[in-house]
Amino acid sequence: MNEHFYRSLYRIRRVEEEVARIYPSDKIKSPVHLSIGQEAVSVGVCEALRPSDVVFGTYRGHALYLAKGGDLRKMIAELYGKVTGCSKGKGGSMHLVDVEAGVMGTSAVVGTTIPHAVGYAYAMRLRGADTVAAAFFGDGAVDEGVFHESMNFASLKKLPMVFICENNFYSIHSHQRTRQPAANIVDRARAYMMPAERIQDGNVLKIYERVQAAVDEIRRTRSGPRFFECMSYRWNEHVGPNDDFDKGYRSRAEADPWFQNDQVERLGSLLDLQARARIDAEVEAEIQDAFAFAEASPFPDDAELHTDVFKEAVTWNVS
Amino acid sequence: MERILTYAEAIREATEQEMARDPSVIVLGMGVDDFKAIYGTTRGLQEKFGPDRVFDTPLSEDAMTGVAIGAALAGLRPIHVHIRMDFVLLAMNQLINIAAKVRYMYGGTVAVPIVVRSIIGRSWGQGAQHSQGLQSLFMHIPGLRVVAPSSPYDAKGCLIQSIRDENPVMFVEHRMLHAHRGHVPADSYTVPFGKARVLMKGSDITLVGISYMAVECLRAQRYLDSVGVSAEVIDPVSLTPLDVDTIVASVKKTGRLLVVDSGWTMCGASAEILTQVAERLQGQAHVRWQRMGFAPVTCPTTRNLENLFYPNAQTVASAAFTMVHDNRKSWAPIHEEAREIVEFRGPF
Repeated sequence: MNEHFYRSLYRIRRVEEEVARIYPSDKIKSPVHLSIGQEAVSVGVCEALRPSDVVFGTYRGHALYLAKGGDLRKMIAELYGKVTGCSKGKGGSMHLVDVEAGVMGTSAVVGTTIPHAVGYAYAMRLRGADTVAAAFFGDGAVDEGVFHESMNFASLKKLPMVFICENNFYSIHSHQRTRQPAANIVDRARAYMMPAERIQDGNVLKIYERVQAAVDEIRRTRSGPRFFECMSYRWNEHVGPNDDFDKGYRSRAEADPWFQNDQVERLGSLLDLQARARIDAEVEAEIQDAFAFAEASPFPDDAELHTDVFKEAVTWNVS
Repeated sequence: MERILTYAEAIREATEQEMARDPSVIVLGMGVDDFKAIYGTTRGLQEKFGPDRVFDTPLSEDAMTGVAIGAALAGLRPIHVHIRMDFVLLAMNQLINIAAKVRYMYGGTVAVPIVVRSIIGRSWGQGAQHSQGLQSLFMHIPGLRVVAPSSPYDAKGCLIQSIRDENPVMFVEHRMLHAHRGHVPADSYTVPFGKARVLMKGSDITLVGISYMAVECLRAQRYLDSVGVSAEVIDPVSLTPLDVDTIVASVKKTGRLLVVDSGWTMCGASAEILTQVAERLQGQAHVRWQRMGFAPVTCPTTRNLENLFYPNAQTVASAAFTMVHDNRKSWAPIHEEAREIVEFRGPF
């Protein structure tokens, strides 16, 4: 199990480090919101889900996409704007999707995908399926009205879903304390009659165990939605490949405990050196392959500009 | 024998038939299961199909639109009902940033087959926030279909088409159409999008009436006929896609185009229709153009000002008469308020 978790965490970390390394070349012409430092939340939750379960995420979605089994080649090709990308190059880093893997989309407008998980869960219950939907969002989304509307309805209808608040303390550069009167996100969920838990230390195995138990109970007892606030920390700048500890809004000292608590290192240290080296090599080979695939893939044809607006090709109003 | 239903009954029948045919169709919205049943358009559906497929919602237009989208991503075909179009403004983020865009931004891998029914609330005294016709806001956005049928026949066929469509559809109703009666076949049928209806043939001027204004244009046609003016009346039925060919063919014949909207004219559906026709006919035909719609103010409630706010059969006929006489003559029929407005007593 440790090997499995390490592989997923390390793979995400290395993919994003490679994205950051390539970024100054301008081959990736899509703003990137890197998940480095926050991988444990996506990995812990997605390991607790089944392949047939679904997740809805945010523009900081690389980790979620990969943790849920999204295709790596298609992700890198998408960042490169290639037609082989998961959205044919038309979505970019902020709009990753892999329906087969249950990655049902990521949105650039904060909070917008939360009700989609609720609606998906509604449909699953109506159909008698035991699928669970997970809504991933940040502490910034808690400021949005749709967050409250969604919790209210999900709880009212006892829908099979989990709310995953990935609290990295910042909405871009604004700290939670400048936006919310108290650090009480879990209490808000409880006000909607939802069992809620804060996982303070970013421990990937603890996140996995807690969510696993919740999801099992949701399937078994149809007891309705659960809420998790997973504390986390973004190591890089809000958008882009660099860090920003020199910008004055946060300090390296604030980040230090999170650096010390790096889950990639922690899980890696639990493995024997040989196993770790084997996993590292396999991950590197896969990443090289994915970037080579993206490099070699063609850009979309000009005609792709007009496809996918509607199901049917648009034949009207074209002068 | 002709089978006569009201527009509201046609909406209800379309919904019932589609729900019986396809278990993935659901209906949600504030008040869909109450005793007023959205002017009768959802009456009996919950009893027949159960509370999981037909349900009232919290006052959460934003999230409930997102719920409809999420359910559609999971394979359902939700019909989300808003008793006033004004309330859809609370759902704009989900409609414009998500429903309209996800097919495109996810490279064609997902579909959002939702129908958003909303009702332009005009009767009388509805005021600033219960009367707006916002169809042009949605026409502006690629990825949304916008339909506004005016007859009971088209209401049923267009709603069935909307439910079966694989794209998000804004289905625009007008409160003053709900009591209108007309022939509606009992069997299920679809009215395809992108095909305008020529409601009356004529030779002197083309009147295009959107939603309820199609009815007022037909009345204007009768006034005009009494003074020797032959008006052709067209109902676009669907605004996106827009059947500009039918309108262009008519304007080529009449040389005059008056577009009347159940909404404002600035950047409106009337502006768009005029522009598309002008782009097609420039250099080919000399055409006289005009738009009519709501006065460019907030809708007032007091009767005399409200009457000035809306176009009606008389003001449309008067404007058309002046256009046909090249601005050299004016005339207006005696003002008679439309029967459905005079007689209206609710429900609101």
